[in-house]
Parts: sequence; structure tokens; C-alpha cells
Amino acid sequence: MSSSHVITVPVSDAAIPVVLPAGPVSPALAAPPSPPPRRRPRWLTVRAPISRRAYWVLAAVGLLTPLLVWAAFAAFGGMDPTFLPSPAAVVAKAWLWATESGLLEDAGISIYRVVTGFLISAVIALPLGLLIGTFRSVQALLEPLTDFIRYMPAVAFIPLVMLWIGIDEGSKIAIIFIGTFFQMVLMVAEDVRRVPAAQVEAAQTMGANRRELIEKVILPSAKPALVDTLRITMGWAWTYLVVAELVAANSGLGFAILRAQRFLQTDTIFAGIIVIGLIGLLTDQLFRLAHRKAFPWLYLKG
Amino acid sequence: MNTPTPTPKIQIRDLFKRFDGAALNALEYISLDIAPNEFVTFVGASGCGKSTLLRTIGGLETHTSGELLVDGQPVDGPDIHRAMVFQHYSLYPWMTVGENIRFCRQLAAHTRNRTSSDVEAASGRADALLRLMGLQASEHAWPNQLSGGMQQRVAIARALMGRPGILLMDEPFGALDAQTREVMHDLIRHVHKLEKATVVFVTHDVEEAIYLGGRVVLMAPRPGRIDTVYDVPFGEQRDQDLKHAPEFLALKREILDRIRETAGMKTDLEQLQRLSGALATDSAAA
Repeated sequence: MSSSHVITVPVSDAAIPVVLPAGPVSPALAAPPSPPPRRRPRWLTVRAPISRRAYWVLAAVGLLTPLLVWAAFAAFGGMDPTFLPSPAAVVAKAWLWATESGLLEDAGISIYRVVTGFLISAVIALPLGLLIGTFRSVQALLEPLTDFIRYMPAVAFIPLVMLWIGIDEGSKIAIIFIGTFFQMVLMVAEDVRRVPAAQVEAAQTMGANRRELIEKVILPSAKPALVDTLRITMGWAWTYLVVAELVAANSGLGFAILRAQRFLQTDTIFAGIIVIGLIGLLTDQLFRLAHRKAFPWLYLKG
Repeated sequence: MNTPTPTPKIQIRDLFKRFDGAALNALEYISLDIAPNEFVTFVGASGCGKSTLLRTIGGLETHTSGELLVDGQPVDGPDIHRAMVFQHYSLYPWMTVGENIRFCRQLAAHTRNRTSSDVEAASGRADALLRLMGLQASEHAWPNQLSGGMQQRVAIARALMGRPGILLMDEPFGALDAQTREVMHDLIRHVHKLEKATVVFVTHDVEEAIYLGGRVVLMAPRPGRIDTVYDVPFGEQRDQDLKHAPEFLALKREILDRIRETAGMKTDLEQLQRLSGALATDSAAA
């Protein structure tokens, strides 16, 4: 019986707040003095914001914990240091690499390959994706083909790339291009399709012609999403680096990792992986910064 | 049906519209004249094609057969004389409020053959629209800093900037709260008087349709067609009190009843009673 009351009471209650005058109600008047409700920790409430301080503390914990686990394993886990070097050994190796065996040159050539492959990909994918996302005819013509190719493993193209392009810089850049381009086209097309129809149609009823629709509405409207797409695909370009440097390379971070594997230098492998991770983290942050600067209306407070 | 004076602004004759692969006509036998400077509102149950008809007048949809003339010319795609205001998501978030309102000045269609006095007039018009809409203080704000009501003011000002002969409004206040909506009603009536534009206004809110319209066109669904055209007898001078006048309420009731009939939706109260009775027994048992 009591449960039926629980159900009916809120129905009559619901009408009351509408009658009450809107405005701040003094908390002292609203509720009798009673022990303050116990506050649950906010950080496990769904989608609740957390303080800046809490964010940085948690981020530090998230980054340092694996490092500590790794250090503990290396020190007390009874692992052979040949297979699991300690963090200190990796740092020492990285330092040695940087000072004596050309880490900067390796990083430089790798950055060159990744950025070039990425840029060529972007220069073609942006206009192509824009056309696919804007015109149904271009979409019908190109999207199924792109969908088909993007499932092909980039690694499998290595023999062909070597046959067609040779074994110099071009082939490494080509692998990175193949790995990123097809995904990028589809993501750009999707970004463009997400431009709200009302934005385009409003411009049409203000007399915009086709060129103006693309230049003054679709492109500026999609731009924030496009920069995000570039940021994400840049990450993918880096993941193809090691694959690209499988092709007759004699320098580069990926090459160094592959060579270290041959000589069982796990400390170099760790150092190489971490350097790639750091470069990735840095580019990602640069993209985010550029996003904030270029699209201020997306970051308004309050 | 009364025949509006001189030449109609919009003439629709036997207009049909069927979407690709659809079994029913989205619109059929649509015939209607809309006079210059008229304020016509369209209501009807969902699926009656009122938005489709509005979009067809705007040139955003093509019709399958029949005749659609604006100023005596067949409609062939959208143009600067028929500006549309949407329910939402139509403002350009990368432009400030002022830039949004001046958007059409960036378009070739508005700047062809312009003289320096035109430019001056245009900048004066932008300022006037900002004032008219109560947006002076927000000129340099981003649209997403504004409330829904203020955003719609920007959308209306932007549509008016190019001096369109016809303003097409697709449930422009549908997403606003009741109080904001009342303010917008009086604002849009004021704008209509001032701008001498023909307004075609689609809404699902019957009260809004009567309060704003000189005529209310009721459309019926499946297939979409014009059911009844009501002349609204309350003249030009209207205020919020009118919404409580007996004649107003009677007309509102008549239109609401007719919409329910056309939609084939009679709420079966007895059935509801039985259902809620069952619900109560259920929860008592629990």
C-alpha cells in the first residue's frame, strides 16, 4: 500500500514549483537546520566536472603509476635486464643515443617522413573529402572505392611501393601516405556532411551561389572538425613510421628500433618508443593549442 | 475563399509534391494566393506537409507538378527575395552577431552593381536591425553566448538584411520557452508592419498561428493537403490580452478540434481511465 503512495505523491507535487515565485530562496528558510548532506566524491559522478587541481593530480597518477610498476618489475621482478631494462637504463641509453649516436638526426629524418607523408595526404584529402561531403555524385563515385581501399593493410603495399617507387625517401613517405590518406578522406567527408543543413539553406535563401556556399559556409563551418581530424590522423601517421622504415632505411627512429631488435637492445627499443610517444604528445598539444587560438567561440567560459 | 487584392505575391495552383520512393503525395491539390504584405500562418498535424510547402516556396524543394509563382515568375531554386528563418542551427558560430547579420553583404547577389551610397545604406540598415531586434549590446558577441530567443532575433535580422519581399519562417519559435515566445510574437508583428514583407509562417502552435496570422491555413496529413483556411477577424491591433478573449479561444478550439479530426487522433479517455486504474492496482500489489 505504501508504495502506491510513493508513486502518486510526486504527480500532485509536480504542479507546485510552477506556482512558486522564481528567485533565490534563502537556504536557511528553505530547509530547517539539519546536518549537512554527506557529499559524495564528484569524480565518480557521471559527467560531473572536476577541479583543475584534481585533473592534474589524476593525470600525474595516471602517467607515473605505469612508470613505477615498470621500475618495480625491473628491480624486484626477477626479470632479465636484457628483456626488461629499468627506466634508469632506458634514460641512460636515450642520453647516450642523443649525445653520441645521433638521436636528433634519427628523430629529424622520422619527423620529416611523417610530416611529408601527412602533408601530401592532407593536401589531397581535404579538397577530395570536401567534394565527397558536398556533392552526392562525387560521394557515389569515390566513397565506396575509398571504403574498400582503406581496409587494405598498408604493410601489404610495401613490396609494390618498393617495385614502383624504389627504396629511397619516396617509398617511406608513400607508406605513411597510404596509411593515412584513405582514412583522412572519409573523415573529412564526414566532417563536411555534419555541417548543419540549416546553415547551408539559410545562405541559399540569402542568395549565395555554389562557390559562396562552399567558401563562406561549408568550409568555415567544418573547419574546427577538420583541424581535429588532422590532429587524429597525424597520430596515425606516426604509427606507420616503423612500418615505413622497414623499407631499406638506414636512419630514423623506426629504423633504430628495428635494428635494436636484431641486437636484442631492449633499452634502445624502449627509448625509441618513448621518444615517438613524446613527439606525438607534443604535436597533439600543438594542434589543441592551435584549435583554441583559431576557434575561440568554442572555448567560451560560462 | 476570399480573393486577395491586386496581384498576389505568391500564387500556388494545383501543386503536387511526391518524394522519391514515397507511397503518398507529400502535397496534393495545393491552391492558394498570398497577397503582398500578408501574414499567413500554416498549422496542421505532423506530416501534413506544411514545412515541405514552405520549403517549396523557398525553392529548397522542387514540386512534382502544378504551378508556383512568386511575383508572377515561376520559382526556380532559392533566391534573395525569399529569405528563410529556421528553428535552429542556422547561425554561423564562427561569426559575431554583427557579422552574421551582415552576412548577405559578402554575397555577390547583394553586392553586384552597388554604389557607395548603397554601401552606406546597408551599414545603416545593419545598425537599424540591431536596434530593432534589441541586439546592440550583443553585436560583438558570439552566437553561442546568446539565449535561444536572442539567437532567433539574430536569425530574423540576418534574413531581413537583404530586404527580402517574402520572409519564410519554419517554426522559428518552436524551441523557445513560453515567455520568450510571447515577446517574439509582438516583435515579429512589429517587424512585419515595419518591413512590409509578406510573411509565411509555419508552426504547430495554434495560439501562435491565430495571434500572428491574418489568415490561418490548416493542412491535413496523409496525403498533405489544405483542409481549411480561416480568416482571423482580430484586425491589426493585437496584444497579449487577445489570447484570453472568448472569440480568440473559440477560434483556437475550433482549429484544434479540426486538427485532431484530420489527424484521426481522438483521445480515448475511457481507455485511459481503465489503463491508469490497472496501473494503480499494479503498484498497490507491489
